[in-house]
Amino acid sequence: MNIDGVKTGIVLDHIKAGKSMDIYKYLKLDKIDNTVAIIKNASSSKYGKKDIIKIDQLIELDLDILGYIDSNITVNIVKDGKLAEKKHLELPETLENVIKCKNPRCITSVEQEIVHTFKLVDREKKVYRCAYCDAEHKNK
Amino acid sequence: MSDVRNLINITDFTVEEIDELIDVANDIVADHAAYEDICRHKKLATLFFEPSTRTRLSFEAAMLEMGGTVLGFSEAGSSSAAKGESVSDTIQTVCCYADIIAMRHPKEGAPIVGARRTTVPIINAGDGGHFHPTQTLTDLLTIKRKKGRLDNMTVGLCGDLKFGRTVHSLIEAMLRYENIKFVLISPQELQVPDYVKETMDKHGAEWKEVESLEEAMSELDILYMTRIQRERFFNEEDYVRLKDSYILDLAKLETAKEDLTIMHPLPRVNEISVEVDDDPRACYFFQALCGKHIRMALILKLLGIKKEA
Ligand SMILES: [Zn+2]
Repeated sequence: MNIDGVKTGIVLDHIKAGKSMDIYKYLKLDKIDNTVAIIKNASSSKYGKKDIIKIDQLIELDLDILGYIDSNITVNIVKDGKLAEKKHLELPETLENVIKCKNPRCITSVEQEIVHTFKLVDREKKVYRCAYCDAEHKNK
Repeated sequence: MSDVRNLINITDFTVEEIDELIDVANDIVADHAAYEDICRHKKLATLFFEPSTRTRLSFEAAMLEMGGTVLGFSEAGSSSAAKGESVSDTIQTVCCYADIIAMRHPKEGAPIVGARRTTVPIINAGDGGHFHPTQTLTDLLTIKRKKGRLDNMTVGLCGDLKFGRTVHSLIEAMLRYENIKFVLISPQELQVPDYVKETMDKHGAEWKEVESLEEAMSELDILYMTRIQRERFFNEEDYVRLKDSYILDLAKLETAKEDLTIMHPLPRVNEISVEVDDDPRACYFFQALCGKHIRMALILKLLGIKKEA
């Protein structure tokens, strides 16, 4: 594991190649003042190619969102140049305000204040259903 | 979320709870006098954000018959929703005025939103094409009264099985009983969605799809008819070709069992010929009566009211 260049912060490893910019946006890393390094297409023994994000600052991470985007990511917490903690992610049971229901007949399509909530119904196939109308969430 | 008991989907109730409701519904008929005043001073709010006269009347009749009162609105235009009020705000307001709410809304999941902020029980009286649990309870009571059981039978479902939520919900409810076989009778374009088939498979239920009502008739214990709407067809030609095959008349009943139970959620348009109405196997108006009795039992359950021993 390569934590070089990070003194105290977070290294997100094993990001699916090409997905690092999505994560950069989801985690709002553009708001961070300290150094953020994105490494694209690094070689990986496990996946062939992978992306890595290094953040030289300890920030609050929403592991649910991260797990939803890519549950293969490993989160490495670095303190004083040493690996302090390694977290493996998994798909969260519930997603709140991460994705929106696309069913035009769903109550969430007309009322603004509702928390968009999805429940994991099939972990293997990564299927989430809207907690209100039960519509399956389809990516794109 | 509050700990108020609601009915949003039929699966919110266990099989045992449904049995209890059926028992109370039957007791309401057997010992009617004991229920005449049982809801005195209780108020039911019928919040119908879209019109459904039949469902609303059955709820109101149920409450009135138990000595309670009703208030509410019958379409969104005459409610605050027309001014842009949220479901959540409407529910929180109505909770101050009523002891129980029956709510119908054109958007799917609206009663779940209402249930988040409610302090009184909410009954889903239909949310778009999603759930309509009191129709399913009605169907179960009808079957139980006609057959004396809810297991070991062949259930034919005919018509629009693709968009027919009453059909999906009845399948889901019947799957919880032993040895139910489903015969799904519809044109190819209107077959039940895949997820319903997956659910049947998961429960190990026996099911088959057929296109001809006559072909299926002789093995059925229950025939559940639904309407095929013209606009569901891709073209007029198919509609004209197929529409008569899914209209039930006396000729098609020739091979049917003596004790077949013919059901329909109503309103009927022309999918059951009027000549069938006088056949003793026609149960759809009896079904409407069952709808009142089961709603009476449901209101009592959610209000936590029991007949005095
Ligand atoms: Zn939805």
